[in-house]
Amino acid sequence: MNERFHDITLTVNGEAVREHVDARKTLVDFLREDLALTGSHVGCEHGVCGACTVRVDGVVVRGCLMLAVQCDGARVETIEGIADSHEIADLQQAFIARNALQCGFCTPGMLLTAQELLRAGGVPSRETIRTHLSGNYCRCTGYQAIVDAVEAVAQARASD
Amino acid sequence: MKPAPFAYAKARSLAHAIDLLAQEDARLLAGGQSLIATLNMRLSQPALLVDINGIDGLGGIALKDGQLEIGALTRHAQTERSAEVARHAPLIALAMPHIGHPAIRNRGTFGGSLAFADPAAELPACFLALGGEAEIKGPQGPRTVKADDFFKGLFETALTPRDVLTSIRVPAANADTRVGFAEFARRHGDYAMVGLAGCARADGARLGEVRLAYFGVGPMPLRARNAEAALARGDVDAAVAALSTDLDPSDDIQATGPVKRHLAGVLLRRVAKQLMEARS
Repeated sequence: MNERFHDITLTVNGEAVREHVDARKTLVDFLREDLALTGSHVGCEHGVCGACTVRVDGVVVRGCLMLAVQCDGARVETIEGIADSHEIADLQQAFIARNALQCGFCTPGMLLTAQELLRAGGVPSRETIRTHLSGNYCRCTGYQAIVDAVEAVAQARASD
Repeated sequence: MKPAPFAYAKARSLAHAIDLLAQEDARLLAGGQSLIATLNMRLSQPALLVDINGIDGLGGIALKDGQLEIGALTRHAQTERSAEVARHAPLIALAMPHIGHPAIRNRGTFGGSLAFADPAAELPACFLALGGEAEIKGPQGPRTVKADDFFKGLFETALTPRDVLTSIRVPAANADTRVGFAEFARRHGDYAMVGLAGCARADGARLGEVRLAYFGVGPMPLRARNAEAALARGDVDAAVAALSTDLDPSDDIQATGPVKRHLAGVLLRRVAKQLMEARS
């Protein structure tokens, strides 16, 4: 089984997927090129910028630092699936309300990373929010509005 | 920025992984948070990747015979959340938030960090400061290597390309254990410009068995032995002065050697303060 090409079976956004992949293909390239899920973005391709953030088996990972072939048997979720499920509808709305994006390139990664913090419960401090998002780079708005949006959602969810 | 072609094999067991690693130009894939970046940049072009992620029994944290054992495949996120680590290896708990970012910590592994041995990484220095030992399995069977003998040079360790690091052990902390950790990094989650992990045993008002491991100031994590001796005498100023003989940092992309040496002294004062504080 020391082959370059492998058959993999996984679920992506709840749907079963079977594909034949080159071992060198990263997860984010696989999602974008083979499955046409272009919400996960390719930025730095070495794990620094966070634009390629996706969820694998329930936790956020860098889509550029995992190979598609490693996802055989895994449960992968992308911004498309997580948005469609309405899991982060309030967070998306808060980003819109506060102009927490301009070009939107970093936004899918920001939303998924912020949601991991929000899922832990409670109302994190602004400092904690900033630290948690420190691996997701925005190059246009600055982070103030993003932190505002995440904080507002944490407060709203805590008071529900 | 796409990796050059390579073959891939998922190891079913430790023995299978060691068999596969015997092939020419094979590389072990654990968390992949450094390796896949270097593949993407084609700084590394192995013929075969041996994925150990599916092997049972390589992850997990357990207290055994006065030592805390951390499986090589334990994810940073698991180590960060572990009550055992907080209680029995508080130095490691202090260091964890400085490692990368949440998404990196969800994949990156303890063993991978040690095996890669980035000279500016936190965990190799913690392992050295704690005087731990590494459990290694290779074609000739298992062996144990002490932390002081583990790091050999720039990205070089006691591991050969055919070996698998299976776990590490560090002495469990007790009521007299004192630890300290501090680093300078330009941005949160970056590798440090300079960092220091320290460990000591409180002996009344004094410190004994002081171990100071610097990172980011040389080709590998380094003990500052003269500073350790001065700190054991309770003389912080002498310890800072001793760094001029203990450390000889080169210039790098982050800072010049003299700046790094100055920062090493600043960190030593911070860590000394942490070591001398009574444990709450």
